[in-house]
Amino acid sequence: MTYVVRRIGFYVLICAITFFFAVPMLWIASAPFDKNPGLGVHWPDWTLDNVRKTLDHPYALHSLVNSLLICVATAVAVTAFAALASYALSRVRIPGRDALLYGLLLLSSVVTGTAAMVPIFVMMFQLGLIDSRFGVALVMTGGLLPAAIFILKDFVDAVPKSYEESARVFGASTGQILRDVVLPVARPGLATIMVWAFVNAWGNFLVPFLLIRSIDKQPAAVLQQTFTDEGGSANLSVIPVFALLFSIPVVVLYLLVNSRYGFRFHGGIKS
Amino acid sequence: MASASAGVPRQPARDVAGLGVGRALGFVAPAMLLIGAFLVFPALWTIYIGITNYRLTGIEAISPSIVGLRNYTDALNDTLFHNALWLTMLFVLGSAIIGQNFLGFTLAWVMRRARPVVRRTVEGLVLLAWILPSTVVAYLWVAFFDRDGGTLNSMLGTPGTAWLIDYPMACLVIFNTWRGTAFSMMLYSSALQAVPPSQLESARMVGASGWQTLRDVVFPHIRGHVLTNTLLISLWTANDFSPFLLTKGGPNHESETVPVYIYNVALQGGELGYSSAISFLLLIANLLVSLIYLRLLRRRS
Repeated sequence: MTYVVRRIGFYVLICAITFFFAVPMLWIASAPFDKNPGLGVHWPDWTLDNVRKTLDHPYALHSLVNSLLICVATAVAVTAFAALASYALSRVRIPGRDALLYGLLLLSSVVTGTAAMVPIFVMMFQLGLIDSRFGVALVMTGGLLPAAIFILKDFVDAVPKSYEESARVFGASTGQILRDVVLPVARPGLATIMVWAFVNAWGNFLVPFLLIRSIDKQPAAVLQQTFTDEGGSANLSVIPVFALLFSIPVVVLYLLVNSRYGFRFHGGIKS
Repeated sequence: MASASAGVPRQPARDVAGLGVGRALGFVAPAMLLIGAFLVFPALWTIYIGITNYRLTGIEAISPSIVGLRNYTDALNDTLFHNALWLTMLFVLGSAIIGQNFLGFTLAWVMRRARPVVRRTVEGLVLLAWILPSTVVAYLWVAFFDRDGGTLNSMLGTPGTAWLIDYPMACLVIFNTWRGTAFSMMLYSSALQAVPPSQLESARMVGASGWQTLRDVVFPHIRGHVLTNTLLISLWTANDFSPFLLTKGGPNHESETVPVYIYNVALQGGELGYSSAISFLLLIANLLVSLIYLRLLRRRS
């Protein structure tokens, strides 16, 4: 008897939790394809009109392209610089290395976007980098690098040194070893860090919100918030589809990394 | 951040590729330059801006002057800053220390014995809430709480209730619990695997209740994880900018947590000097929490 009661309690709990997590999300699955989308969740009157309207919106696609530009630049820069730094830190005993690593670890959690927004804004303002997508990519790269170096260094530390040693025995130069031995072995780590950086930059709202002024340079995260602030009924044929298009890359990349390398998503710099 | 298990090198470095210290420094330099310019310099510069009366517009924008510690003494008497501190404490306590911690642990504990299909579905949903872009998630919740057409009002049969205006902090706590539980769930899932099954088995044999098992068998094994997880999610929550996305700090400062307050003072009010002083206090708080966190991690490993 107690077993049955327990089992029922168990399923009620699971249902309640599932309900809590699912209900707010149902909207993004139903509203994009609804003929009369509202803010509430209801069974849609199926149509694809909203997709066409969203593609016709003057800024919707444009902002996704801006996001893509900023995030590809950020992800490539973070991966390249973190790869170089983490390899050197893992294999060479640079003077002051442990202090440097400890400092990086602290930096990655202490200097958050919200704590540094004022000086970053003032600095970019004085450098004349306000309203520049390049400036946004630079700030995001600087913010993501400490954590990226750390994650990659963990990864490089776990790569056996015997490959490099044997290549050296056969007379390979340092450049050859790095290009033909280290790079292929480190590829899963590099791919993971690139996706991690991309996803973090893709969702980042605060940095472009602070630094970008003109609407034609805004990335999708900022445009999405502009929609929210305009209020619900403003553009309900565009907002749901846009939110969906903006979310899909993140979900796809997550599934890709998860299926290929197992779960390796890290908190990173939120906000 | 999460993976940065501890700052201790696992093995002595051996320069197997023959890089040499010179080239190694060259490898590290570009990353350090970027980190130095866009992370370390701003953090240090906060100290300087924080002792000036620098403003976004007006005379002080062109020639700011040093005012010493006046910004800090102003903060001591600023009721809006006290309000922001209090709300941040509520936000951290409600959504991180209680909400994410308990829901994350409950999920990890319950899902151990669930069927794989159920487990994957529920965990997938919780993770989805975590990986979706913050502005999309904020919109979902603004729609959910909406006064006129929102799902919450039609579910409860309370049309016309403006949840985000009447109960802004409660909404933010629920929102952030939903948003961030995934991290605690994953952390506790892996921590629970370290609890020896034999001990759970013997607890059942002697007829211990579920609560007794949790308290006397499970908790001693995961105590360290509870502590470090709580520190980390508290730090993230205290620095979270998403309250701005839902309520902008309103109505009438009722949901203005410290990050939102900094933004409103700096970019709405234009008081860059004063907001830098408050940013510096936030940096110091972050530093203290991080130092404790890293110390705990080291002791464990």
